[in-house]
Amino acid sequence: MSAVTVQTTVEPLNFFEQVVAATPGESHLEACIQCGTCGGSCPSGADMDHTPRAIFALIKADMKEAVLHSNTPWYCVSCYYCTVRCPQDIHITDIMYTLKRIATQEGMVKNTPREKAKAPNFSQAFITWVENYGRSFELGLMGVHMLRHNPFGAFKIADMGVGLVAKGRMAFTPTRIKEFDSLAAILAKAKELEGSE
Amino acid sequence: MAEETRIGVYICHCGTNIAGVVDVGEVSRWAGELPNVILSRDYKFMCSSPGQELIAKDIKAQGLNRVVVASCSPHLHESTFRGACVSGGLNPYLFEMANIREQDSWVTTDKLEATKKAKALVAAAVYRVSYQKPLESLFVPMDPSVLVVGGGVAGVQAALEIANSRRHVYLVEREPSLGGHMAQLDKTFPTLDCSACILTPKMTDVGKHKHVTLFTWSEVESVSGYVGNFTVTIRKRARYIHEELCTGCGICWEKCPKKVLDDVFETGLGYRKAVYTPFPQAVPNIPVIDRPNCTYFIKGTCQACKKFCPTGAIKFDQQDELLTVKVGSIILATGYEVFDARRIPQYGYGRLANVFTSMEFERLTNAAGPTGGKVVLRDGVTTPKSVGIIHCVGSRDVNYNNYCSAICCMQSLKFAHLVQEKLGAQVYEFYIDIRTPAKAYDEFYQRVLKEGAQLIRGRVAEVTNEACLPGEDGKLIIQVEDTLIGKQRRIPVDMVILSVGLQARADAKEVAIKFGISCSVDEWFIEKHPKLDPVATMTDGVFVAGACQGPKDIPSSVAQGSAAAARVMSLIGQGEIEIEAATAVVDDGTCVGCKECIPTCPYQAISFIEYVRKAYINEALCKGCGTCVGACLSKSINLKHFTDDQLVAEMVGAMQTMKLFEAS
Amino acid sequence: MKYHYYPGCSLEYNAAAYHVSTLAIAGALGLELLEIDDWNCCGATEYISLNLAAAYALIARNLAKAAQNKATRQVVAPCSACYLNLRKCDQSMRESPKLDKKINTALAAGGLAYQAGSLAVRHLLDVVVNDVGYAAIAAKVTRPLKGLRIAPYYGCMIVRPDFEKSREVGSGKWRVGSGEWEAVQSGASTSSARLDKSAAGQSGAAGQNTASTSLGRLDKCEYPMTLDILLKNLGAEVVEYPMKAHCCGGHMTQISEKTGFEMIRRLIKGAVEYEADLIVTLCPMCQLNLDGFQGAMNRHFKTKYSMPVLYFTQMIGLALGMNASDLGIGSELVSSRAALAKIGVEAPAAEKPAAAKKASKEALPMPKMPDPTPALPIAKTSDREGGYPTPALPIAKTGDREGGVSPARSAAPEIAKSKE
Ligand SMILES: Cc1cc2nc3c(=O)[nH]c(=O)nc-3n(C[C@H](O)[C@H](O)[C@H](O)COP(=O)(O)OP(=O)(O)OC[C@H]3O[C@@H](n4cnc5c(N)ncnc54)[C@H](O)[C@@H]3O)c2cc1C
Ligand code: SF4
Ligand code: SF4
Ligand code: SF4
Ligand code: SF4
Repeated sequence: MSAVTVQTTVEPLNFFEQVVAATPGESHLEACIQCGTCGGSCPSGADMDHTPRAIFALIKADMKEAVLHSNTPWYCVSCYYCTVRCPQDIHITDIMYTLKRIATQEGMVKNTPREKAKAPNFSQAFITWVENYGRSFELGLMGVHMLRHNPFGAFKIADMGVGLVAKGRMAFTPTRIKEFDSLAAILAKAKELEGSE
Repeated sequence: MAEETRIGVYICHCGTNIAGVVDVGEVSRWAGELPNVILSRDYKFMCSSPGQELIAKDIKAQGLNRVVVASCSPHLHESTFRGACVSGGLNPYLFEMANIREQDSWVTTDKLEATKKAKALVAAAVYRVSYQKPLESLFVPMDPSVLVVGGGVAGVQAALEIANSRRHVYLVEREPSLGGHMAQLDKTFPTLDCSACILTPKMTDVGKHKHVTLFTWSEVESVSGYVGNFTVTIRKRARYIHEELCTGCGICWEKCPKKVLDDVFETGLGYRKAVYTPFPQAVPNIPVIDRPNCTYFIKGTCQACKKFCPTGAIKFDQQDELLTVKVGSIILATGYEVFDARRIPQYGYGRLANVFTSMEFERLTNAAGPTGGKVVLRDGVTTPKSVGIIHCVGSRDVNYNNYCSAICCMQSLKFAHLVQEKLGAQVYEFYIDIRTPAKAYDEFYQRVLKEGAQLIRGRVAEVTNEACLPGEDGKLIIQVEDTLIGKQRRIPVDMVILSVGLQARADAKEVAIKFGISCSVDEWFIEKHPKLDPVATMTDGVFVAGACQGPKDIPSSVAQGSAAAARVMSLIGQGEIEIEAATAVVDDGTCVGCKECIPTCPYQAISFIEYVRKAYINEALCKGCGTCVGACLSKSINLKHFTDDQLVAEMVGAMQTMKLFEAS
Repeated sequence: MKYHYYPGCSLEYNAAAYHVSTLAIAGALGLELLEIDDWNCCGATEYISLNLAAAYALIARNLAKAAQNKATRQVVAPCSACYLNLRKCDQSMRESPKLDKKINTALAAGGLAYQAGSLAVRHLLDVVVNDVGYAAIAAKVTRPLKGLRIAPYYGCMIVRPDFEKSREVGSGKWRVGSGEWEAVQSGASTSSARLDKSAAGQSGAAGQNTASTSLGRLDKCEYPMTLDILLKNLGAEVVEYPMKAHCCGGHMTQISEKTGFEMIRRLIKGAVEYEADLIVTLCPMCQLNLDGFQGAMNRHFKTKYSMPVLYFTQMIGLALGMNASDLGIGSELVSSRAALAKIGVEAPAAEKPAAAKKASKEALPMPKMPDPTPALPIAKTSDREGGYPTPALPIAKTGDREGGVSPARSAAPEIAKSKE
């Protein structure tokens, strides 16, 4: 970040409250002492726009855009190292999921640059198969994702795909579960309830 | 009751504390109409001198024989008002207090409701006080001897202060020598004077003091009694050395063929013999034989020490001794232990050879230590060129100890200085916050910065030997977020020092129970008042000093040692101890001798008189807790000042008032 | 012992070898696996990134389906991500009545219901080491994995997060220890008063047949040992693998190659440096990353690593004398042929890597560590027994350091003469 002075609001810091409310259980986010254990432990930390610690400072400063436009939550690989090491028992990984959800649900992902939308698109692509079949489908997922983001890069790992197919480790067609309709109804209902009290 | 009951009621405003919520004038007016109330007043500050004088004057002028004050908590001012009654010539137990502040004005916002509650509380006190009887306090003589448990710097200081004022001290230390942790340290912050040089003179003074009886290699087995009259049993463990015959010549440990890893004093970095003193300046300078490791005790052979001892002091048949002493007061100075760094696997202690704890480093850098003061890696020869010091290991962390250990920031800065001075090595310190809040401490921090230490703000994520980047091979890599730049950094170093926190002794809880005091959740001993009575405990006559009460540096430990001594001396100066008169008594007429009450008493105050077959309560031991009252099946135990008729009257007073309000 | 079996999507194709080998050893170990009828995807880490209620409803459908079959209340999942999802869903529903209500409302729309807490969700490794037990497995070994140097790899989601921790922090019970320590200790006999606060029944890592329904932590978060001990019991030589609980990168290869490949490289490099013949894992995602992407990673960094990655179930099968082909061996992209050739070959290991260096006279002793390994019926003690990849400095055997007091204390004679 370049050195700019940020005017702090006197209004209640709504973003912080929003994050806490959208995280199941007690996140303990209010207790962060900015020690950096999370940032130091994070395997993706080197490539994140802001370390998890910095993200929490931004949340407390109510800088919602900076948080939701950063790649940080999307670079979280759910290793839970930060969560078990945090000296304040802050549920960091869960908060990363919350941030991803807020970003998608509030449409923040749409106006992010293509490169940054990679992760949300991957999640979306994955889920599309699940929502339509009840099971995930690796070949289809990779195909869609690669074509969208890195059509040439696909060659790089093509031999892997070939290898997996050759070893019978990749299906050509997705499987659909038997009671798909019941699942569809469940998911539809759940989506309707998301965000409700 | 022949005498007419004449009650005076005083309603305190406590500035606006009470008067801001409770209509004190109305309460006072209303109280004046209660039965037997001769006068009722409200006043700004009852606890002030004029307030107290008012009570005394009224007692004399109006012939009051009962007094009720409605104000704050009895915890705060009961003794003040009792005193006022006494100066008016009234027995202090004819006074009763109603708490209309903590229990009313501070917790009620509705003014009407608060006033109603105040009335009910005052009525309860007025009804009760009529039934109160004059009681006489008991005085017991104060034994002027003192027991000090723990011979670290705090205990040594306390013992010296008391002994120098010619009172006798029994000093009990668990290890073979006095000294505690301070004896292990090299230099001490912030002035960097040599720890042994300032400590050993004190130890020697205690050791040869004619008013100190020293029990090392000993522990307190049991304690009974009460302030002024404790009986203490001490277990003096067998040293297998005759203390009078031993001259401390050291031939035994020179000749002893059995090398043992010393994981107490040398923190596992060095060796001692099976017969040993922990360090050369030990007080007393008498060795002990480490029975589980001694060849004689294992195989029945060897006896080298015995063969060579010039005075014949080795006594393999020595037994533990139990000794009983009588003391009037007790000071606990049992200190702390350090956090076990193996509990944080990501810091690699015990797995990665060149990760050391702070205590290990103290021994490494100490000229009397296992390497003769050479700071080297675990291979014993290589001098580190770069050293990383990690703060807050096991401290400030809900996973381990959720408090700041107070000394480790300064101790880490001290290490930075020592490493740079001795080795010229590059030092990195990893901290969350630098805490240097004492005289000359922050100046020391500045000095270390000027000497070139690199301070990196970030709590270390992990220490690894897994090289990823060039330049990391063969090093320990400290992985951290430098929070001031918001970037991950990997810092390769040769040696890592973990500044482990302080924690309560593993047996702190047992010790607390033994001496009848309490522990905090972190198992530190709890003082009577954190600000105003920091070395006393809730148990009269038992005091605490040093790091057993919480993490502390040497200056504070010494200050507490002196403070505890002063508190003890003031007790001794009083000559006798006043004992609360509100104790339980057994009614001989109805006691059936079932002994049900005896085990229920937490203070062992109840005994059984065989020839009359009745229970008897020792007033000096009884704390008036009332547990036995409930246990007695024949209702033969009465708690003075808390009799059935007094409690019933109190309830009637409160309930009748509430009924009145309901009706209106 | 009956279990609801949740294979998860990976085991259908990409990790079919895991599925095949699990079924192959189940019978021999006395595990009856009842595949959950018409199970669906658990949503991996993706669904929960988009929609919380839907993600949990998706997971809960599996639990609801399982609960319909009353034969057992144990659910076992071989995939770490599935395991975590199922368990977290159950846990969150228990902790948050609000969430529970939402999920059950959603389930009702599909004609289902699930009562949180009615099933115990467990990872396959947990079942194998705690319900079957090390000793029972060791007793069945007919082809010890002798001479095979294995890097045990746990990854993240089987050891983290720490469910016990949240519970204990909440109840104020947390202060005494992380619990991780107890898990290490439970193999060794000693534990000081300070350290043994946690409920005795918690499934200690090394404990045998600890309460199988206990939902405590399986192993410590940072330096787990369960798989190490299991492999030792199969006769293998287990290398001290410092990266054993580090992250494989999950889906990172799809998001940022640079980040993802680096995570894979660290793990492979670590195993190579410790001269492991192969990595053994317990998660299909880890296997895919380490095995499937190894080639792409090699190209990215211009390296030439060739480190086979197999499942622990395959290793058990081999040790029990089963045929490699019946265990799905051969479907890995980095061939394990050379590594497996070592098994059973009596020839002495050509070079004994990293043999303990003789400590020099000056060397300072290493701190003592509790030995996490319980009595191993067949495993040969390696030269690094209980040791670490550091030069073998004298590891003292005496004294009791935990108490922080003098070594002789516990042995003071009982009889006391009383004066006065
Ligand atoms: C690495 C390190 C470096 C430090 N450096 C400094 C420094 O430079 N400057 C500074 O000011 N402070 C320093 N400190 C802090 C210092 O060690 C303590 O402030 C000080 O030692 C506290 O003294 P104490 O007497 O209260 O406790 P201790 O030194 O712990 O002494 C307690 C004594 O009681 C004995 N005992 C315990 N239980 C019993 C029992 N039940 N019965 C009988 N005896 C018992 C013990 O054996 C011990 O001898 C350092 C601490 C550490 C860990
Ligand atoms: S580890 Fe915890 S306390 Fe430290 S910066 Fe991260 S979230 Fe905050
Ligand atoms: S859980 Fe996510 S944020 Fe936390 S350390 Fe792992 S990758 Fe980083
Ligand atoms: S008898 Fe024991 S203490 Fe004496 S010399 Fe032999 S081993 Fe050492
Ligand atoms: S004194 Fe410093 S190093 Fe020690 S716990 Fe407190 S902040 Fe951490």
